[in-house]
Amino acid sequence: MEKIYSRPVSLNPVAFNYCPGCLHGTSQKLLCDVIDELGKQEDTIAVMPIGCSTMGMFAFDFESLGACHGRAPAVATGVKRTAPEKLVFTYQGDGDIGYIGFSEIMHAANRGENFTVIFANNGTFGMTGGQMAPTTLIGQRATTAPLGRDPSYGQGMPIHMSELVASLPLPVYVERCSVDTPAHANATRKAIKKAFDIQLAGKGFSFVEILTNCPTNWGVSPVQSIAWIKEKTYTEYPLGVYKDITQEG
Amino acid sequence: MEKVFMKGNEAIAEAGIRAGCRFFAGYPITPQNDIPEYMSRRMPEAGGVFVQGESEVASISMLMGSAFNGVKSMTSSSGPGLSLKSEGISTMAGMQLPAVIVNVMRGGPGTGAIQGAQMDYLMATKASGHGGFRMIVYAPSTVQEAVDYTIRAFDKAEQYQQPMLIAADGHIGAIMESVELPEMRPVANMKKNYEFFPHPGFGKTRQQVYSVDLNLKAQEDFNRYLADLYDIWNRDEVLVEEYLVEDAEYVIVTYGTSSRIARAAIKALREEGVKIGMVRPISLYPFPYDSIRKLDPNKVKKILCLELSIPVQVVEDVELAVQGKIPIESYGRAASLVFTPEEVIGYFNSIK
Repeated sequence: MEKIYSRPVSLNPVAFNYCPGCLHGTSQKLLCDVIDELGKQEDTIAVMPIGCSTMGMFAFDFESLGACHGRAPAVATGVKRTAPEKLVFTYQGDGDIGYIGFSEIMHAANRGENFTVIFANNGTFGMTGGQMAPTTLIGQRATTAPLGRDPSYGQGMPIHMSELVASLPLPVYVERCSVDTPAHANATRKAIKKAFDIQLAGKGFSFVEILTNCPTNWGVSPVQSIAWIKEKTYTEYPLGVYKDITQEG
Repeated sequence: MEKVFMKGNEAIAEAGIRAGCRFFAGYPITPQNDIPEYMSRRMPEAGGVFVQGESEVASISMLMGSAFNGVKSMTSSSGPGLSLKSEGISTMAGMQLPAVIVNVMRGGPGTGAIQGAQMDYLMATKASGHGGFRMIVYAPSTVQEAVDYTIRAFDKAEQYQQPMLIAADGHIGAIMESVELPEMRPVANMKKNYEFFPHPGFGKTRQQVYSVDLNLKAQEDFNRYLADLYDIWNRDEVLVEEYLVEDAEYVIVTYGTSSRIARAAIKALREEGVKIGMVRPISLYPFPYDSIRKLDPNKVKKILCLELSIPVQVVEDVELAVQGKIPIESYGRAASLVFTPEEVIGYFNSIK
């Protein structure tokens, strides 16, 4: 029988450190798949954040370094400016990018840095145990919002990173994807490939948001978490391409 | 060697370029603005990269990326900016990434006085961030020393694969003096020389650089490695000037701009027959404890610590060395105000 699929070469043959049902592993496997397809295992540098996302450090079989909380886009700026020939991406969660690293993401995007940001959005602080994130949904309970997020209680509204990044003039490509179904995972893979192609062509800043889950801190089963994404997350964060100027000029 | 008349801040920047620095990221703060300004025009000429970071925090983070690629990297700031950079400096110590950080010191606490002062001694030498790491800290007292020790800091950063600090007071940054600039060094990529402490979970076959280890034993081993490194620095990297201490009955301990004022006071007092000398730490860390420890309590009547800081901070290290055997006095000015040699002599006469 012909072998039509196997573990990406740039993915270490180790178990992911993630909780059962967590989709970080899926997202990171897709990244490795695209890096293999591009033949860039030897020329990729990943800048990892603080939070669950950073555990990709054990999975990725290519060069990587760990930024401080929220600073990955600044670190990636230093990496890419001094090694323009490398494929450089950050892989960040919502607390990292939307709270403590909001300045770094917005200014890297505003400078039009030629690297790619992969943003895994699951609406919670996974590693620290389910505190409120900037992307936590209205009414969603968190360990620091025990009654559910309430804007009238001073807890703010869910922040929309793709829309904010797309509002800047220099980013080239911004898309929000999901990994809740095989079809969506395939679309995410395409978006990552497109973002990396844009970078490798030297066109500028690309941003791929991936809607993902956290069964552990949402307090639901893995299967229920998939339904949650469909019923609740899509309503707040519609999938789609928010910016694509690759076809213009 | 090329002799030029140059401002301290710009000389530090040029020294960085000549040492092979090809990445600079920084943020505006007084009194160090000449450094990023100079770098913004000089770095492209030298074929390097200048980035004006959106913050102090982003600027030090950018250095992590460039240092990862083996590019000699530098940032500069002043007190409040160093507080902000402390997260990144600590992380670079944990990642074993070399860089040179310049603190053109001003007054404090908080926003403080924005002209020159020497108010960051304890931060520079004891805790430039969390986690118990250290840096070799050079305190230049002339523009020439600012050039020489900036270059040395790049060498030491590379030798020990750790961030290093230049603690120049704001006066050194602002004065103009004639200075000999060394030849431009050929730029060599450091990356091939990187050797990281082995972590069991990552980085076995590829350059994977983190300041975290989930294996607690490995993390402790790394902490021990750093502690051993600091022992080596204390053995090999102490730099000090001992000035007229041989017969001294009074010894001034001071550094940077204060040491120039002290030198003028010592010369004047010597003319009056007072046996007075000076121990000037050039490396604030490692501190020259031995130069003070060896002072004879039967001969030296008093030690006077001078610093452009209130409270005087360097006195804590002097106390550690003296162990109560010689009385210590301290005199400082703060808020960017500077003592004169006459003022120092007046104080000396009041305590001798």
